[in-house]
Order: sequence, then structure tokens, then C-alpha cells
Amino acid sequence: MRLLIPLAIRLAYAAILVVAVIVLNFLLIRLAPGDPVETIAGAMGGMTEELRAELVRAYGLDLSLPQQLLRYLARMLSGDLGYSYFFNLPVSGLILERVPQTVLLVVVAVAVSLLAGTALGVLASRRPNGWFSQSLTVLSVVGYAAPVFWTGIMLIIVFAAWLPLFPVSGMDDIANAGNGWFAYALDVAHHLVLPVATLSIIYVAQYSNLARASMLDVLGADYIRTARAKGLSEGSVYFKHALKNAILPVVTVAGLQFGNLLAGAILVETVFNWPGLGRLAFESILRRDHPTILGILFCSACMVIAANLLTDLVYRAIDPRIRTGSR
Amino acid sequence: MADPVQMQSAASPAREAWQMFIRSSVSIAGLSMLGLILLMSLFGPMLYDIDPFATSGAPLSPPFTPDLPLGTDQIGRDILAGIVNGGRTTLAVGAAAALLSLGIGITLGALAGYYGGLVDDVLMRVTEFFQVLPALLFAMVLVTLFTPTLATITIAIGVVSWTGVARLTRGEFLKLRHMEFVTAERAIGADNARIIWRVILPNALPPLIVSAAFAVGAAILFEAGLSYLGLGDPNTMSWGLMIGSSRNYILDAWWPVTFPGVMIFLTVLSVALISDGLNQALNPKLRER
Repeated sequence: MRLLIPLAIRLAYAAILVVAVIVLNFLLIRLAPGDPVETIAGAMGGMTEELRAELVRAYGLDLSLPQQLLRYLARMLSGDLGYSYFFNLPVSGLILERVPQTVLLVVVAVAVSLLAGTALGVLASRRPNGWFSQSLTVLSVVGYAAPVFWTGIMLIIVFAAWLPLFPVSGMDDIANAGNGWFAYALDVAHHLVLPVATLSIIYVAQYSNLARASMLDVLGADYIRTARAKGLSEGSVYFKHALKNAILPVVTVAGLQFGNLLAGAILVETVFNWPGLGRLAFESILRRDHPTILGILFCSACMVIAANLLTDLVYRAIDPRIRTGSR
Repeated sequence: MADPVQMQSAASPAREAWQMFIRSSVSIAGLSMLGLILLMSLFGPMLYDIDPFATSGAPLSPPFTPDLPLGTDQIGRDILAGIVNGGRTTLAVGAAAALLSLGIGITLGALAGYYGGLVDDVLMRVTEFFQVLPALLFAMVLVTLFTPTLATITIAIGVVSWTGVARLTRGEFLKLRHMEFVTAERAIGADNARIIWRVILPNALPPLIVSAAFAVGAAILFEAGLSYLGLGDPNTMSWGLMIGSSRNYILDAWWPVTFPGVMIFLTVLSVALISDGLNQALNPKLRER
């Protein structure tokens, strides 16, 4: 029960955020110049008055604003994100087709950043003023300053054009189709290396600095001295006692930054022609396909909300103070 | 802890911080780099007087020749001319957007932290709401829905990137609002506006200055990302636009995308170094010696 009530509150709060995103989408549609009927009329090269009136009714533009908002809310919550101007297909279908690819890219990038960042940070915490630690600091500044799309392009030039180690773009190779799922997985993994490296460079450096700072903080605590006094090995002190507490701020920051990472993935997907949400967003913007763009904004916000919930759960699972319920 | 009121009257801690800042090698490196980039953007177009949109040589001419120092792109536009002219947009939009995001963030953060209670709750929920929207995507949506001009781009970047500053300001105000010098000010009859802007804000400035430098770097990266995606003003040369327009030719030529990217990188790096120098000068925790 102790776990259930805060979880219910979190869920309710997440639901409110989802509704708020829908309201924002609605406001954006209303505030943007031009209305859907005019856009369709423009695309068709003019239309009759009857058709126009029909469309105005179909889009509910003759209703009052609050009524329109309610209609819009009901439609969005039932999973109907409208029709793409360009494909004339339901936006929800277009988006669902692309979500797995983006999730794959982002999840692998988060995992790599967290694992590598924590490991490097722990290593650096052994000698906080050593060359290794210093170079991590430099790397984090460099990673922050380099535009992510440009890093990706540079990686393509070096590791795909000059040294043909990795594919230039895409997610799989047609030549590999029909060789079984294992060959396919290997192929996708091969295509994943450069995009994941591009996305992770920034975050590995950032998380390693965070993990180092937080390890140094924890290593100064009394209970670590106690652990050492008991005669535990350094490995046990570092990984069993210190890391458990030191990793908490890293997880928090990683969770909070999920939105940034998702936005970074948009740029990376356009660089590597990765068939995910980001590329769909980019293409829809070029086509001025507003329903699809707003659908992607909605869907991405939902992903961030879900990631925040998940971070919260992970935090509860690994923070011993929350688990016992005391204090 | 030093008496915060002194900071206003005697200004000696501020001068001390300034001297620490100006003597650190990190800040000197950052300041001189940014200075050079600013000079290049201000006077470069006059010294290297070539239209960045005009065809000035054969397509994809290689760099490091006397005529075309940085080569040309796929339609023969001089890349050095683009570099020299593109900085203005990037720097101007970056600075203006950072100012806007700081303005929104500081105002909302100050109100939330000072008044607390319901105001704080509402403003923090709004902040959390904005944090749920992936900033770049939200900016892309805003720029697409409203026509892409320098003004809409600046506003879009400002609107999506104020949340961090708001949280920071709120934290500082929560810390300071019950301190004695604030109570004393209230006792002599100062109104809320005066206490917020003239009494608490100056004392909350040190961490805000550091984050302001960071905001400039972030805004420059945003502008570069948007113009790379083709959401910039197509009639104004910018470094991001240069990379975006040559992105399909990277296998044939490395130079059209590399040089503008190096410029963005150096600009953001110089701002990051300045922010680091400010942090060392203003953060008492880092001042151990």
C-alpha cells in the first residue's frame, strides 16, 4: 500500500500533463495563421461554397471554442490524432510506425550513456585530479559545445566515408533481408553504432562528471569509513557501498534529460536517415503537414511523461531510504 | 558567510570576483575566442567583401587555395564568405533568445520563490509542463506554425528554454526570502516589487550569471539546429544553414559542412569557458585555496 498511493498520485499527475499537452496543441492550432479548410482549399486549388461549408462542419469550426476544445480532447484521448495533409492517412498510424525505431535508438543511447558514464565516473573518482579525470572534464565541455547534428556528420565522414567501417545511413541493409532474424539484428546493430555514438558522446561525458562528483561526495561519508574500517576490500567499498548511493543523482538527471535526448534524436535521425519519429517530424515540417507535426509533439511529450514516471519508479526501487518508508 | 548587504554597498566581493574571473586562464581563453569571433562577424563582411549567396567558383572546389581559402559548396558559393557573414545571425539570435529566456525564467522563478504557496505551486506546474515538451521539437513546431523569421525563431527559442533558469531563480529566492536583510528591508516599508528586484535579485545574481552564459551557448546551439533543419530565415546566411544545405554532399566533400560546424563549436566553447570562469569566480564552494 505504501507504494501504491504515491504511484496513484503520480499517475493522476501524468494524466493531467497529457491533457495539458492536448490543450496546448489545440491552442497552437487555433493561434496559427490559416485554418485547415483554407489549407485544403489551397491544396485542391479552390472549392465550392457547399464543400467549404461541409468541411467547416466536419472540422467543427462552426462550434464555440470550448465545444471545439472538448471535441478535440475527446478525439485525441481516443487515439485519433487527425489526418495527415500529405499522406491523407491517420496520423496515429504514421506515428506508431515510427515509434519503435526512435525508442530503439533512444533506449540504446540512454543505456550506453548511463553504463559508460557511471563506469568512467567511478574510475575517475579514484584519482579526482589525475589526467583521466581531467580529460573527462574537457570531454564534457567539448561534448556540450559541439552541435549534435554536426558531430554526427563528422562521424559519418570519418567512420563511413574515409574509413568504411560503418554504414552511412538507414537502419538496415536490403541486401541482408531474408537471412534470418539474427543476421537482421546484427545488421541493425551495425547501423546503430554511429547514431548512438553521436547521441551518447554528450551524455557519457556529462554523466561521468556527475557520477564522479557524487562518488567523491559519498566516499567522504562516515559509513564508507566504517566499511573500510571493517576491512572490506576496495572493490566492495566502491561498488557495494558507495555506488548504490552515488548513482541516485545520475539516474535523476538522466530521467530529467530524457526530453533533451529525444530532441537530440530528432537531429541525429535526420543526419543518419534513421526511419524514426525525428525524420518524420523533419519531413512533415518541410511538407507543412501540421497535423502530423502536432501529433509528433503530443506523442513525444507522452514519451517524456512516461520516462519521468519510469525514472520515479526506478528511483524508488534503488533508493533504500524510500523503500523502507521511514524518514 | 559574508554579509550579503555589503555586496550592494561596498561592491568589494563583486570586484574580488571580477578579478578572479579576469585572471583565470579559462576565462581569458573564452573571452579572447569570443572576442575574435565577434570581431570577425562585425568587420569580416567588409574585409572579405564577397556575396555569400553568389556563385564564386566551381562547385565543391577544395579549400586552402589562394582564391577560395575555404573552398566552395555544391553550387559554388564561397564558404569563407558564408562563415564571415553567417556569424551575425547566429550570435544575434543566440544573444536575443538567451535574453528572452532569462527574462521569462528569472521573472517566473522570482515570483514563485518569493510569494511561495499557491503562486509557487501554479508556476512550478507550468514549469514542469514546459519541461515535458522536448524543447527542440516544440521550437520546430512554433517556427513552422508561424512563419520562420528571425523574430519568430528568437521567440521560439526563448519560449522553450527558460525552465532551468526559472528553477534556479526560484531556489535562490526560497533561500534568501527569509534572511534578515530582507526582513529588515520590509520593516522599513519597502514594497514587494522593490524587495524582489532591488534587494533579493542582486544577491541571487552569482549563480544566475553563470547560467546566463550557459543560456547563450544553448540558444546558439538551438539556432544552429533550427537553421540546419531548414527552419531558419532562408535569405539570411547562417552557419547552421550552411551545414544543412550541404548535408547531402558530405560523402563528396568534407569542407562545406566542417568549417561552419567548427565555428559553431568554437563559439559555444568560448561561451562555455566564460561560464566556467564565472562559476569559479562566483561560486564560493569552488574558491578553495
